[in-house]
Amino acid sequence: MQIHKYDTVIVGAGGAGMRAAIESTKRSRTAVLTKLYPTRSHTGAAQGGMAAALANVEEDNWEWHTFDTIKGGDYLVDQDAAEILAKEAIDAVLDLEKMGLPFGRTPEGKIDQRRFGGHSRNHGEAPVRRACYSGDRTGHMILQTLYQNCVKEGVEFFNEFYVLDQLVVEVDGVKKSAGVVAYELATGEIHVFQAKSVIYASGGTGKFFKVTSNAHTLTGDGQAACYRRGLPLEDMEFFQFHPTGIWRMGILLTEGARGEGGILRNKDGERFMEKYAPVMKDLASRDVVSRSIYTEIREGRGCGPEGDHVYLDLTHLPPEQLDAKLPDITEFARTYLGIEPYTDPIPIQPTAHYAMGGIPTNVEGEVLADNTTVVPGLYAAGEVACVSVHGANRLGTNSLLDINVFGRRSGIAAAEYAAKNDFVELPEDPARLVQDQVERLRNSTGTERVHTLRTELQECMDANVMVFRTEQTIKTAVDKIAELRARYLDVSIQDKGKRFNTDLLEAVELGNLLDLAEVMATSALARKESRGGHYREDFPNRDDVNFMRHTMAYREVADDGTESIRLDYKPVVTTRYQPMERKY
Amino acid sequence: MATPTLDKTDKAEAGFADTPYITATFRIRRFNPEISDEVQWQDFQLSIDPKERVLDALHKIKWEQDGTLTFRRSCAHGICGSDAMRINGKNRLACKTLIKDINPEKPITVEAIKGLTVLKDLVVDMDPFFQAYRDVMPFLVTKGNEPTRERLQSPEDRERFDDTTKCILCAACTSSCPVFWNDGQYFGPAAIVNAHRFIFDSRDEAGEQRLEILNDRDGVWRCRTTFNCTDACPRGIEVTKAIQEVKRALITRRF
Repeated sequence: MQIHKYDTVIVGAGGAGMRAAIESTKRSRTAVLTKLYPTRSHTGAAQGGMAAALANVEEDNWEWHTFDTIKGGDYLVDQDAAEILAKEAIDAVLDLEKMGLPFGRTPEGKIDQRRFGGHSRNHGEAPVRRACYSGDRTGHMILQTLYQNCVKEGVEFFNEFYVLDQLVVEVDGVKKSAGVVAYELATGEIHVFQAKSVIYASGGTGKFFKVTSNAHTLTGDGQAACYRRGLPLEDMEFFQFHPTGIWRMGILLTEGARGEGGILRNKDGERFMEKYAPVMKDLASRDVVSRSIYTEIREGRGCGPEGDHVYLDLTHLPPEQLDAKLPDITEFARTYLGIEPYTDPIPIQPTAHYAMGGIPTNVEGEVLADNTTVVPGLYAAGEVACVSVHGANRLGTNSLLDINVFGRRSGIAAAEYAAKNDFVELPEDPARLVQDQVERLRNSTGTERVHTLRTELQECMDANVMVFRTEQTIKTAVDKIAELRARYLDVSIQDKGKRFNTDLLEAVELGNLLDLAEVMATSALARKESRGGHYREDFPNRDDVNFMRHTMAYREVADDGTESIRLDYKPVVTTRYQPMERKY
Repeated sequence: MATPTLDKTDKAEAGFADTPYITATFRIRRFNPEISDEVQWQDFQLSIDPKERVLDALHKIKWEQDGTLTFRRSCAHGICGSDAMRINGKNRLACKTLIKDINPEKPITVEAIKGLTVLKDLVVDMDPFFQAYRDVMPFLVTKGNEPTRERLQSPEDRERFDDTTKCILCAACTSSCPVFWNDGQYFGPAAIVNAHRFIFDSRDEAGEQRLEILNDRDGVWRCRTTFNCTDACPRGIEVTKAIQEVKRALITRRF
């Protein structure tokens, strides 16, 4: 075991982690621990754009953007945070441009902008061009640009280091962060990183679904590490299903395709979104579009022999426009489906895409131990975190924005904290939990296989807690997850080695997914209303009286060792926008 | 406006509806120095839909037959650059290669990319590759005061370096280059592609410095124009053309 000391440790090297690292490296001795090489992070898979009211192509302002974000999140958004997001968006985009990001340009040479779901002119009048983009690889360009600037700033990376434990120490009754414990993939060695500040930027948890746009590696490692140490998780029942994933595969086809004029059609060729969202049509918010697609499918208007998908039709758009604005997604259709999007519509279905919930933070990125108390020295940003700027449903292009705004904020805040505070003493035997976990998996002779349990989990989640939920389906999921968690204790692996043992790490990741799936289903069961991405057929309406509040889930361990989840609630911050009925 | 295509054949559907599973053999080059210094080729047979990816087949092997099989992967749709490997002798991304496209009637060979040290099975040491990338100053350099708003750039100037911004640093090009195989000191195509991305960016002011770096004995002049890199690029970047443009810029000092 090795022990390292850094002022600031960042967990994860996607957009949020690297944006934080650029700030914190300038101000403090920083280490970035990342389970992938930085440029492999899933920020790179984001396509359509990053929202900012630059008003480069038409009238726009950050107040409209704030409103759209709050409405998009079905009023579960903390409004002070949304205002910061929309206000700082403009500088966030300009900062990236100055770092070298090759945005698409207007004829005058300014950053070009396109339409995107839920972004509107003057509080819902009509779609507005707010998304700054680089073809349909905006996330790729953000990830590359941030990595380039990390190289420029000399950011210190520990590549292929998996953080498996968050060290939380109670000092005078206050929970503080002492550092993290990581597993080095290349050698199997365990490393303790003592740090004054720790920032989690480790991304989402989409791999508990089967049909998902998420990478294999998005297994909620950061959320699970904090949750297991008694820290809460906020709003985990809210998960976004992106309307246009490639049928059966889940690969993302950007909403920018509809921003460029693409249309969703059912088996009769009908532009069905006109029925559900007369103003915004195909550019309504993602939760609305995904529910509309499944309504079409359920009512027998889905396409194909099994009627289980609909079409994304781009055939009316000029091939030159597709080549210039949507080259990657049209290539995905050709590669994976053998479809030519110039002439044929693309079969699509909603795909599990984004966790609105996560580790609760305030607007400085400080992690909360309960509704109000911060954990000194602990920060989170990006999809792993819940600020909450996305509420019950995130708007497209607001996540690339979120990682830049709150990545930057937490990088600065963490480094400043590190400058003013000393190390917290490490707990005795700091690597114990990780050592035990790794040894148990390596030595287990159990009969359960990781792949079997993971497949059963994913199929259960797709069947029971996707776009439509009821008490019965959620209960089915809760029971199944409990069964899988019990069987997980009997899981064994084949690779017993130390060198690049990905077999072992997949087992660890499965443990994280099971913990988080349980939190998600339990939170969903208790939320007896429909709001944003959480739709309960047995409670189809939003209930602001009882449920305009954030869920806070805590892991409780009884004296006899039994684990349970305790749910609590946190008020939503409302500033100037009173909840209204949500129409697109 | 085109009318919807009820009457058209849904190609994907036709394909998925009658999924003819086939039995394919994957012949994989195994190496684990924890166990043995010897390399060995191991055959795995599996039943699989030929429209699935080679990555799906590798997962099936790892998850159902041999958990020790080791490879890198993440996004599974050709954007993260983790899973470049040599499949039937050609560098490709495992997640962008469909089994039906690589003649599954014969054993499909899978091995690590060449020219970088193999650490275990299909995993290579990527550090020299990223070092070459870092050596070309892969970041925008500007002088003077920053403008308040964005720097202006015409669509034509933006288009000039569009192709080389697509690079995902998967190393398929560099590890397909015979010059790189023989001499690990050569920067390799990927680093030059990333230098090109900045040399031809109208906003950048360090083109001369980058050209001097690439004028080095291990720089662009080592390129023998074999076009392996262009063939290997999963992003369709015209890599050899980019290298030629850098060479020309070195001669004319115009870029």
